[in-house]
Amino acid sequence: MISRLARWFDDRLGAASLTRLTINKVFPDHWSFMLGEIALFSLVILVGTGIFLAMFFNASETKTVYEGSYQALRGVEMSAAYQSTLNISFDVPAGLLVRQIHHWAALVFIGAIALHLMRIFFTGAYRRPREINWLIGLTLLLLGMFNGFTGYSVPDDLLSGTGLRIAYSVMLSVPFIGDWLAFIFFGGNAPSQVTISRLYGMHIVVPFLILALVSLHLLVLVRQKHTNCPGAGRSNESIVGSRLWPTYAAKSLGLFFFVFAALAALGGLVQINPVWLYGPFNAAAVSSGSQPDWYVLWLEGVLRLFPSLDFHVGGHLVPGIFLPGVLMPLVFFGVLYSWPFLEASVTGDRGLHHVLEPPCLRPLRTAIGTGVLTFFLILTIAGGQDVLAVAAGDSVTSVRTALRVLVLAGPVVAAGLAYFACRLVRSGRRAAA
Amino acid sequence: MNQGAPENGKSGRLAAVVMAVLAFLAGLAGAGAFFYFYWTDGSTAAMGTSTAVAMAGMGAGLVVWARGLMPGEEVSSKREALPSSEEEKEQFRESFVAGEHRIGRRRLLGLLAGGVLGLLALDSVSLLRSMGKSPLPALYRTAWTKGARLVTFDGRPVTAAVQKGDILTVFPEGQTDSITSQTLLLRVDEAKLRLPPGRESWTPMGFIAFSKICTHAGCPVAQYEKSVNILLCPCHQSSFDILSGALPVGGPAGRPLPQLPLYVDPAGFIRAQGDFSSHPGPGFWSYKS
Repeated sequence: MISRLARWFDDRLGAASLTRLTINKVFPDHWSFMLGEIALFSLVILVGTGIFLAMFFNASETKTVYEGSYQALRGVEMSAAYQSTLNISFDVPAGLLVRQIHHWAALVFIGAIALHLMRIFFTGAYRRPREINWLIGLTLLLLGMFNGFTGYSVPDDLLSGTGLRIAYSVMLSVPFIGDWLAFIFFGGNAPSQVTISRLYGMHIVVPFLILALVSLHLLVLVRQKHTNCPGAGRSNESIVGSRLWPTYAAKSLGLFFFVFAALAALGGLVQINPVWLYGPFNAAAVSSGSQPDWYVLWLEGVLRLFPSLDFHVGGHLVPGIFLPGVLMPLVFFGVLYSWPFLEASVTGDRGLHHVLEPPCLRPLRTAIGTGVLTFFLILTIAGGQDVLAVAAGDSVTSVRTALRVLVLAGPVVAAGLAYFACRLVRSGRRAAA
Repeated sequence: MNQGAPENGKSGRLAAVVMAVLAFLAGLAGAGAFFYFYWTDGSTAAMGTSTAVAMAGMGAGLVVWARGLMPGEEVSSKREALPSSEEEKEQFRESFVAGEHRIGRRRLLGLLAGGVLGLLALDSVSLLRSMGKSPLPALYRTAWTKGARLVTFDGRPVTAAVQKGDILTVFPEGQTDSITSQTLLLRVDEAKLRLPPGRESWTPMGFIAFSKICTHAGCPVAQYEKSVNILLCPCHQSSFDILSGALPVGGPAGRPLPQLPLYVDPAGFIRAQGDFSSHPGPGFWSYKS
């Protein structure tokens, strides 16, 4: 049966030789190579659960009165978007499970991409010839964060409404075009009658872009083959690992089921984004102690720590949030995008690299990476500055001062420590060799 | 797959078979349990846990199968050079140049086609006009007008019965949907006020009102620290000193909350003398203070 089907396809596509090459592809066996796979599998689960949710979600701001089975909000006026989210959570069988798996999968998707990016960075995997996949991967991270944010925003609850208001203000702060940018994106003073449907449209369209870029990412990977950790027999001429078929395919499929198991357990047992507790969006209210999803916390943190620096350029106002909210992320991602080229021009190394570098062989790169990570880690913590102040029984002012010192000094100290630790390890290795 | 993993002995392979069988059985149990819980409207936790068991059983079975029973030897494979050979490059160059040559002879047609494409690009960019009207009037306008009565969110007018320590969110009468008009009404000791000059008549009987929209990132300034007369934004912890006219005294906000001038009419209703002292909400490029 299978062989007849295979012959049917081969008659039409002549795919036997190509498929043989694919199933013979050699995969290196190292745990850190699974991070990208975890992101890929989370994406598959996101698409599946997302299609289910789309059957029930209604991206409309039309006011309705809730009559569903969640008692506490019966009779309350709310948007159809919020109402349909409540229906998914309380009246669609397994709706809450799917919704929570979808949300957890988004968090894991972005987390796995971020860890994958760190692996690529600290081992120098982005060097020639893999600059293209570095650029695609960064774009996937940005698109993933963007889609996470639109998904988080569309239920039109009080918490996401607060996030939208901040996003609107950040966009509004861009010099010269900010007011137009914010109006084009949000369709008016956020949130307006069209904001939710625009965000939802993007939430559905952007995944197609993500899937296209993932396909490209994988095509380039197959063409260029994986990198290898250094070791016996690993060189620019050959790659060492196990073949895709059957062992690696079985292991990989096993990993998919493990990812699904973890997400199902999270979705079933760990409550996430309980929008019914926040209530419907109300422009004059705010839920205090409100926290965004983890991958936005650093932005939230930098908005909290950055001092009030409104300034004027030629009689025009540049609001204080422009520098931390727009310029800092732009500079950060700009440097990330150009990193492979920056590094090559600084080191003069434009050679081919299929073998990874242990992080400690490159103390400067590792130090820079550690410093940047520390910076973002402290900003992420600062995103919960009020929660931290309550937990520490301290005033917000003193917590803010402490965090401001930490965010400037921490990265320098961490980078210095990483640099000297790497130097030690490197000279130890050289002595041993 | 019958040959088994040569590096595992016979007993190793037997153990792998046993473990894989157990794992798949657990997977079967989980998948069956999900079916039961789903059709009996079981809890989210029960459905999630049974799904997790099914998936974990499946995953564990596959991994044990792969590691214990499938060939696991490391293989080495050659990396071909990525760049094309000189010959291939030369062939490509020839094909391309031949085609380019034919286009090149019809320069006028090429220019015209390029012109159409350029104008079409301009057309598509100008479609942005459909996205919304000029934003500036809406950014500047609030619904506060001279004489507007202050009402709460449900439309009830506010009277001078408001006490010290109270805080109310108010809107202009008939405009409770106007997001930019949301205002905080408080009552303080008139004697303690240190307002900027010109605002002496804005606070009858100690009633004082400020825009509720934070000048930093647009959140509602929802927290009132009575003992120190501070308004605090819960989003980024900007604080504003009420007695000095809501000047920013901590956190990232750079501009004071705009003040709404008030008066009390003979019937005891609180009314606005006009619009805010400056534009409310977060700043933007063409903001005029």
